[in-house]
This record gives sequence, structure tokens and C-alpha cells, in this order.
Amino acid sequence: MTDTTNTYVKTASLEERRSLQKKRYASERKFKYLGLGAILVSLGFLVMLLMTIVGNGIPAFTYNYVKLPIDLTKVDPEKPEKANYGKFVKSAIADAIPYMSDRKGKRLARGLVSGGAAIDVRNQVVGDVSMAGQNADVEVPVSDFADLYLKGLTAKPILTKPDAAIKVSDVEGDVDVTLSAAVFDEFLARVKETISSEASRLNTRMANLQLSLDNQREIAANSQDTLAVESAKKSITSLEAQLAGFKTKFDALIVRRNNTAAREVLDTSMPSLLLKVGGGVVKITEVEGMSAKGEVIIPLEQKEASAGEWQMQEILEAEENRKFSDKEVAVVDRLVAEGRIENRLNTIFFKKGASREPELAGIWGAVVGSFFTMIITLALSFPLGVAAAIYLEEFAPKNKFTSIIEVNINNLAAVPSIVFGLLGLAVFLNFFELPRSAPLVGGMVLALMTLPTIIIASRAALKAVPPSIREAALGVGASKIQAVFHHVLPLAMPGILTGTIIGMAQALGETAPLLMIGMVAFVVDVPAGIFDPATVLPVQIYMWADFPEPGFQQKTAAAIMVLLGFLILMNAIAVLLRKKFERRW
Amino acid sequence: MVVMILGILLGVAIIAFLIGRARALTVAGEQISSLHSRPSYHGGYLAIFSTVPAFILSLLWAAFSKRFIESSVLGNFSNQLSSFDVLQVQTFLRDVRTLAANQANDASQVILSTQGEVRELAQEAAGLYASQLSSANNLLSVLVVFLVLAGFVFGYRRIKVEKRNRHFVEKFITLILVACSAVAILTTIGIVFSLIFESIRFFQKVPFFDFLFGYHWSPQSAFESAGGTSLADDNSRIFGAIPLFVGTFLITFIAISIAAPLGLMSAIYMSDYASLNFRSIAKPVMEILAGIPTVVYGFFAALTVAPAIRGWGEAIGLSVSSESALAAGVVMGIMIIPFVMSLSDDVINSVPQTLRDGSYAMGATKSETIRRVVLPAALPGIVSALLLAVSRAVGETMIVVMAAGLAANLTINPLEAVTTVTVQIVTLLVGDQEFDSAKTLAAFALGLVLFVITLCLNVFALRVVQKYKEQYD
Repeated sequence: MTDTTNTYVKTASLEERRSLQKKRYASERKFKYLGLGAILVSLGFLVMLLMTIVGNGIPAFTYNYVKLPIDLTKVDPEKPEKANYGKFVKSAIADAIPYMSDRKGKRLARGLVSGGAAIDVRNQVVGDVSMAGQNADVEVPVSDFADLYLKGLTAKPILTKPDAAIKVSDVEGDVDVTLSAAVFDEFLARVKETISSEASRLNTRMANLQLSLDNQREIAANSQDTLAVESAKKSITSLEAQLAGFKTKFDALIVRRNNTAAREVLDTSMPSLLLKVGGGVVKITEVEGMSAKGEVIIPLEQKEASAGEWQMQEILEAEENRKFSDKEVAVVDRLVAEGRIENRLNTIFFKKGASREPELAGIWGAVVGSFFTMIITLALSFPLGVAAAIYLEEFAPKNKFTSIIEVNINNLAAVPSIVFGLLGLAVFLNFFELPRSAPLVGGMVLALMTLPTIIIASRAALKAVPPSIREAALGVGASKIQAVFHHVLPLAMPGILTGTIIGMAQALGETAPLLMIGMVAFVVDVPAGIFDPATVLPVQIYMWADFPEPGFQQKTAAAIMVLLGFLILMNAIAVLLRKKFERRW
Repeated sequence: MVVMILGILLGVAIIAFLIGRARALTVAGEQISSLHSRPSYHGGYLAIFSTVPAFILSLLWAAFSKRFIESSVLGNFSNQLSSFDVLQVQTFLRDVRTLAANQANDASQVILSTQGEVRELAQEAAGLYASQLSSANNLLSVLVVFLVLAGFVFGYRRIKVEKRNRHFVEKFITLILVACSAVAILTTIGIVFSLIFESIRFFQKVPFFDFLFGYHWSPQSAFESAGGTSLADDNSRIFGAIPLFVGTFLITFIAISIAAPLGLMSAIYMSDYASLNFRSIAKPVMEILAGIPTVVYGFFAALTVAPAIRGWGEAIGLSVSSESALAAGVVMGIMIIPFVMSLSDDVINSVPQTLRDGSYAMGATKSETIRRVVLPAALPGIVSALLLAVSRAVGETMIVVMAAGLAANLTINPLEAVTTVTVQIVTLLVGDQEFDSAKTLAAFALGLVLFVITLCLNVFALRVVQKYKEQYD
């Protein structure tokens, strides 16, 4: 710095100094905005994170239920749990969806209702015996894909009322459709668009495949490592097969794109077009500006409709890319129109334990497991932590032993949590042979992990109590223990509790050490005690995040919202406690 | 059994306390002030004597009695078991325990892992086991009752006016306080010993240098290939941890190169530029970011960030793995931002105002002051903060488990999938496992490496601050 000032005093003219000043102010502003930008970017990440969670999680708090007229006349009110509810539900579905009469159609209709529907009905009847012996409208959960569709998360349809009259050749089977105006043109344009975008997507993927293929060939040719060569050879064959498959597809698409004829065949890789005409549904298979060929999904009552009386339903997501077919869309839409579907609070999610079926999975088991684990953690870490803090702050002589403990506690606070899991596995499970997956062991591991946090916070709280309190107590004849336990500790308690709650919040969100001691076990039952196998909320989130069913994605986000809710609650209590009891001396 | 005894002892302690206090009052008679210690200290004295010996005995019993009984049962059957290896003996023992626990039920209904002759043997052993267990429990009950009564009588007779029981009780309390602070040391000792013991067992199967400097990591093949070449040869080939270290380094590097500039610049803005209002809002929001559990970040990485990065990559014609190191690193960086920020905020705030004032007096602008005066003065603290952040990133588990890959690729291309030390620990230990296989022991060796690295980083971070900190007062 010194050498620069020298030169600038010597040479700078007024002009130069002005421009230099301008530059310095500009860089000042730049620096400031850089800082502001950094904060805004970080906050932007937070907003993005919360939006992802909330956006995905909100739909899971409600669920769609379908009202089925179930014949419960054969149920014995004395023994309501003994009846064959599977059969009742099956026939009720057939009654509610009569237009799906062939075997395939019946199976499709059954697939729209949750697999747990029979058990659900049984529980409802057992809970309310007056339902037995009569015909009752019972609400059962729909299947997870039907629920996703009803929430607009898959196969999102676009509904239009075209300005043209329509004529269908027959009420069922394969039909010809003729229109009074060319309203299909717009849709046709979209189909062409899909074809060319599909082609260009395939093209990029082929290029990528070619790259990795070249890469693997090079490894196979040049590598010394026999293992690597072997695996490279394997991937070469699979890559070549994949590439060939893409090539055929690509060529077919190019032919279709270049085909300027207006008629287009709608296969499963193309957007779907459903026509809702005269009380039925026609699925279009071939389309032109004014006419089309189709297949009736739900039989029609009238073969003709004038402009504005029928609807066009486009689904841009190709049928082969979704797990909810056009037929299912038609049936569910019909059920909605009949008023059979109701969207209400997802009680299963809050009341049940884990399940492999997304619509039957709940977080209650995990919440109870978390509760037991936290009880153990609190019962161990709070007394231990406070006692250790009291000793170190009030009684410990300044010697090597205490300084070792202090360094040790600081280091322990920075040890990765997964290492505590390894400790729990080696000592609690393998040496002391405590039960695996039990909240007892989880609580013990988390207690050791939160101990440093609580000790550090408690020491700070004890330190904040002024020495005059101790001296006054000692002055009137209290022993040192009495001074600490009767006078200092009560005054430090709010601070200690705040630190404890923050430590517990950390423990509540901790996952990794619990994976080590087997709390990832798939536990269906709600745990009844600290020795039962259990899982906890964050581990449940981890497990659900791994499941491939899209229904679980919403469940995971919803479970995260519940977890964050608990954490916010705990932190709010900590803040309130601090505000209410904070004393300045 | 032991849980029940502990519950009873708690009740005994309360009763003894009440009796002791009442006794002290009777002994004192009219003149309560003649007591050396207040009545409740006498109560505590009696409670300590009547319960603590029995309590210690029950804890020891809980820890060691089962082991003792099992070895005695196995000793009885040593002839029949002589041909068994360690694993078979363990299975046998497990069966014996299951059978003994289900004594009330029909033995043939109990599901066991062994069949035939061994099963019959196990049933025989289970009978012995159960009888020994019940006699051991009876013995324990008798001993506990004896200790409680003896302690009670001993303590009761020592409640006298001149007895200095307060001193005894206070010494006892101090002892408990010392014991509680020793738990922290015991935890460290427990960590170090459990990691080292299991690692030594691992290094007996896999040479130390092959583990630390090997290029090939595929523990999944530990069993498949056991048939072919000799086991030792094979293990040394599949437990080379270099790819894991490189993967960990890569993800940590990405995380730090995001968290360091963002966290540091945020801290500078917060401490020197932000208005009080802005600070009072932004600080708690940053604390929210710090309080979000890592499993949530992992979900965010896997659901949003990884597909987004993949999409951008494909848009410009790059092939990006769906479990790219970049996605995991970026999200981990986001997670560490508040950590870096709050640590460097403290450091920057602790630079005395006089230094800033001096710089302003020379005509320097705010940013010049920060860059040329404040940051150099705060440098040791900032370096230490970054080291702690690195240690956090290295030990972070959930984000990488959910967003990084499982396959150990040796690459520094951030668009490819890599795996890390923590991911491998989780994969090796989650699910069914037998404890003695090289696979599970490898997790402990990795854990040891992780512990040593983070410990060194922490100690080094502290040293940097201590050594280079400038004293201004």
C-alpha cells in the first residue's frame, strides 16, 4: 500500500484524480452489490427449496375417494370382520362402472380403486356396525395414479368446445367421425410438432450414445486392466443394441415428419385426443382436418351433436410415457361427472404406518418412532449435559484433566454424525447386544451426538449468571453445591432449555447415524414401546424418496413438511423462551 | 428383569429419603438447629446407601451375566460343538436364545435357522440356558434385597445429630458431576476404540496399503469372486479406496467453491453494509437455512437439482449422469453457505472498529477498507471457518447418499457419477449383514479414515486461529 500512494501523489493531475475517484466509487458500488447478490442468491436457494417441497407436498395432504354403492346385506352385524369384503367391493365397482363390461375393462375398472379398499371398508363397517345388513354408499380411496390424475399431476388434459357439429357413425366399436369444420387442424399441427421434437431429442441421445460408445471402444482397445476391458466390452454390446433401436425409431419418425399428407395415425407415442360426444367417449386413432377414425371407449347415447354440445379433450403427454391410459382418463372423468369422486383430507397419511402402496402409506408410525427416540435422547442428554456443564463451569479446577475434557467436547461437536452411528453399531448393538432398529438405541446414539451442543449451550448460560449471585449465596452460608443448585441453576435454566431444544431439533432431523443401527427397517406397525422396531421421520423420508412410484414423491414432500413443521415449532418455542426469560444483568 | 429392578430401586430411593429425613427430625427432637446437616441431607444419605450398591450391581449384571451364562452353556456342549466354526456357533447360540425366550410355546413351532440334530441339541441347550438364566435372576434378586437392607441399616444407624452427612452427600453429587463430564471422554474413547479394533480386523484381511492406495473399489463382488482366486488376493484388489477419496474430494471441492464466495460475501455485506432492519430479517432466514435437516437437502438434490443439471447439460449436448457429482456438490454447497456465513460473520465482527476508523480516516472507501484492512486482519479466522466447512462437507452423508452415485468411478469430471466415503459406509452397513465379513469391516476402516480427516481439519482449524490471531487489546 505504501508504495502505491507515493507514485500517485507525484503524478496525478486533477483530471486523473477525478477519474480515479470515479473508478474507486464504481468498484465500491460493485462490491456492495456483490455482497447483496450473494445474500439474495442464498435466499433464492432457500425459496427454491421450500417451493419444491411445498409444491410437491401440498397435494399429498388431500386424497380422492370414490363413493361406491356396496351391498352389505350379507354382513353379519355380530361378526362384521368375518365377511368377504373383497368380493363386495369387486361387485360394487362393476355396478358403478357398468360400461366397462368385458374382462379387460373390468380389470381396468378395479385398478382405479386402491388395493386396500376392501380392508378400508372392513374397518369402516367394524367401526360402525349399523352399516352391516344394508346397502351403503361407502367411500374408498382411489388408486394412486387415479389420484395423481385427479390432482392434475399426470395426463393433464386440455378441454375445448369446438365450434363445429359432429357426427359419429356408430355408438360402439370402431367408428368414423365427421365434422362440419376443420377443427382438428390445430391438433394436427401439434402432432407434427411432437414428431419433430421427438426426432431431435432422439438425435441428441444418439449422439451421446455414440460418444460413450467411442469411449468404451477406446478403453476396450487400450486399457491394461482386464476387469475394465471386460466391463467395457459388455457395455459396448448393450450400447450398440440401444443405438440400433434408436436408429430405427428415428428413421420412422423422419419418414412421418416428411410425409406431408394431412392424415396422421395416433399411436401411443403421440398426444391423445378424446371426444366426449352424446354421453360417451371416442378415442381418436387417425385424424385429418375434418374427419377422423376412432374407437368408442364409453358407449354413446346419441350419434350426433351440434357445435358447443360436445368436447375435445387433448392430452399432450404420450400414452406410452404415462402410467394412466386414455381409457382410465375417460372412466375417471365419467365418475367425476357422476359426482362419485370426493377430494378430502388424507386421513390415511396421518393415521397409518408405512406401506409399499403409496395410497396406504402414512407417517404416524414414523412420528411415534421419532417421539420415543426423542424421549430417550432427552432423558439421557439433558441430565448428562447439564451435569457436565455445571461441573466444568462451576467446580472444575483448572488442570490438565479439565482442559482435555474441554478440547474433547469441542472436537466431539465436529465429529461427523455417521461416526456416531458406527459407534452405536459397534458398542450398543454388537457389544451390549441391544435390539436392532429400536428407539432405545437410536435415542442413545442421538443423545451422545447432542451432548456437546447441550454442554456448550449450558456452559454459556451458566457463565451469563453474574458472580454476585454466587457470592451472595455463599455469603449467607450456603455451601458451594447449594449456591449452584439453589441459585445459579434456576437463573440459567431458560438459557439451558433453549440450548436443549435447539439440540433436540438437530437430533430430530438427523438421519445418517440411525441408518447405521438399522432404523431403516420396513416397519408397518406403529411401535408401542422403546424396544419395538421403529423408524423415525427423517429415515421415513429417506426411504420414501427412494421408492419409484410417483405417488411417493408427494408423500415424501408432505412428510418433509410435517418434519419442518415440528422443527419450526421447536425453534419457535426456543425463541419465545429466550425472549420471555432473557435477563440482562 | 434389570429394568424392573431399576424401577424398584427408584421407589426405594424415594422411600429411604423420606424415612431418613423423618429420622433426622426425630433424632434432633425439639432443637432442629442442633443438627449439623439439614434433614434432607440425612434423607439423601440414607437413599444413597440403600440404593447405590444395588444399582451398581444390577448394571454390572445386565452387562455381563448373559455373556457368562452363554459361555457356560457352550462349555457344557463343547464336545458336540467342537466341529463348528465361529459362524455356526453364533447361529446355534441365536437358536438357543430364541428357544429359551419361547419356552412357554411348543418348541417344534419355533422358527429356527438350524434343523435336524443341531436343532435337538439346541433344544437341549435351551433348557439348560433357561434354567441357568432363571437361577441367575433369582440370585440377583436375593443379592439386591440383601444390599438394599444392609445399606439401609448401615445408613439408618448413622443418622445422628453430630453426623456431617451434608459433606458426604455433596461429595457424592460432585462425583456424579465428574462422572457426567467424563461421558464426553468415554464417547471419544468409544469412537476411537470401536473404529480402531474393527479396522485392525479389516486390515488383517486386506493389506493396509492396498486399501489406502488401491484404484479399484467393488466390495459387492467380495463373495462372487471368492471361489476363483485365493481370497486374500481378491480382497486386496476390490478394496482400493482411492476412487472414494477422489469422489469425496471432488464433491467437497464443488461444495466449497459455491459456499465460500457466497458465504463470505454474505457475511461481509451483513456485517458492514446491511441496515439493521435488513439484518434483523436476513439473519433469522439464514438460520432457517442452517436448521433444515440434510435429508431434505438430499430430496431437493435428487428431485430438482440433478434433473435440472441433466436437462441443461443435454440442451447443450453434454452427457450428464443423473447422479452427477455436480448436483450433489451444488446442493451441499447450499447447505454449507449459512455455516460459512455465520462463522465468518463472527470473525469479521470481531475485527476492532478502530482499524476500520483508521482506514476511513485515510480516505479509503468502505470496500477498500474491507479488502485491505478487515479481511487481512480476519484472515486466520476465515481460513479456520473454511477448514471447518470442509470438514462438514467431508462428513456429510444424506445429501450424497440420495444424490450421488454408488459406483466407484475414478474421475474428476463433475458431470459423471462418483461415490464418496460416507455413501460407501452407508451402503456397506445398511441391510442384512454379518458382522465379520470384510465388507462390513471395510465400513469401519472408512469410518476411521473419515474420523481422522475431520479431526485433523478441526484441530488444524483451531491451531490456525491460535497461532495467527492478532491481538488488538
